Amino acid sequence: MKRFINQRPPRAVGYLLGLLPFVLLLLAYMAASAARLAENPNDPLLPSLGTMLDTFWRLATEPSRRTGELVLWVDTAASLTRLGLGVAISMAMGLVVGILAGLIPYAGRTLSPLITAVAMIPPLAVLPILFITFGVGELAKIVLIVFGIAPFIIRDVQQRVSELPTEQLIKAQTLGASSWLIILRVVLPQVFPRLLDATRLALGAAWLFLIASEAIAATEGLGYRIFLVRRFMDMATILPYVVWITLLAFLADLLLRLVNRLLFPWYGGRRG
Amino acid sequence: MATVTLKNVWKTYGRDIVLERVNLHVKSGEFITIVGASGCGKTTFLRMLLGEETPSRGELLMDGAPMPGEPGPDRGVVFQKYSVFPHLNALNNVLVAEEFGRAPLTGHLFGAARRAARAKAVEMLEAVGLGHALKKYPHELSGGMQQRLAIAQALMKDPRILLLDEPFGGWIRGSARICTR
Repeated sequence: MKRFINQRPPRAVGYLLGLLPFVLLLLAYMAASAARLAENPNDPLLPSLGTMLDTFWRLATEPSRRTGELVLWVDTAASLTRLGLGVAISMAMGLVVGILAGLIPYAGRTLSPLITAVAMIPPLAVLPILFITFGVGELAKIVLIVFGIAPFIIRDVQQRVSELPTEQLIKAQTLGASSWLIILRVVLPQVFPRLLDATRLALGAAWLFLIASEAIAATEGLGYRIFLVRRFMDMATILPYVVWITLLAFLADLLLRLVNRLLFPWYGGRRG
Repeated sequence: MATVTLKNVWKTYGRDIVLERVNLHVKSGEFITIVGASGCGKTTFLRMLLGEETPSRGELLMDGAPMPGEPGPDRGVVFQKYSVFPHLNALNNVLVAEEFGRAPLTGHLFGAARRAARAKAVEMLEAVGLGHALKKYPHELSGGMQQRLAIAQALMKDPRILLLDEPFGGWIRGSARICTR
């Protein structure tokens, strides 16, 4: 028999194996839920799949009795706007500061220690400061996301820029390029796909900061909703919301991966 | 007329002596090959000619004036590796040399200027035998083809000196003949 490290599942078997843990978890949940509901049909902790689907459907399609809005979509739009703005601002900062610090020695010497120090500050520890400074509105939440992920993205971009082979930079100079043209035509296009990779890695943290700030002070948003209904132990809302957030996070990641593959065909091949 | 002149050039790093009493005259049109064991200072010498390093002692002159302290379009270079831009296809790798020189703000040429630059780039690529691979990215080219692409880039600037760092690694004989011609 072949060694385990040489045994590869056929494609179809591979997919089934990947699916298996999900199915097992789902079955385990359904069994636990059924057992609990058999004892007390009004038990809120482990709602049946049907109850959760009903709740989710109601939040998505029926206007709320209190505000007249479709709760799920209002929450989703609010959260995605905050997340999108926070991530976009962080990417812009990462690109500008990262390239300057990575390429221009004077800028690097000036900015690197500051970036390193700021990256060490736990973002949630400054959340009260942000709420005091910027109020409890949108700005503080967006600033928290930026505070949490921009230093990471900046440092990643800076690292990538300084990893560009010296030969390339010298070559560009021998072809008559100025510092500006080297940034524009050599560094920027090569760093952009890496910026998208860094952003993918930072998205998890961005969601964390978004939900944390929404949990503390908000009037709508995915994180606000799950912390609001927690008071009623409304698992039938919380669990579908968690699945929904996970799906959105997955789609955001997929989108960034697709953009990378479509816009930068040379990027994947270069590593091979 | 001597293009490059070295007068009693030394290069030391602290107490390590890398180059000692180098004297050299290279005339315009001469083809000089520097051969030596690894670690004998060939790369340091190359870096000095590029302006990345300065001599610790002695004089390094180009056309009678001190060598500029940074790389410039008067000295073309082809390195053993990483000489071409991986994010540009062959045509753009050569075209960018023209754009660096003539579009200081946008780095891109447009309209008639672009068409003229493109024609020049295509001509250069055909001269090094890459006329069939204009749209190929460097990772799709063999090592030897990448080297020829790097030479085409360098020749676009019509440099006073062309520096080649182990350029024949991975070359087939035919292409070596093209270059030394």
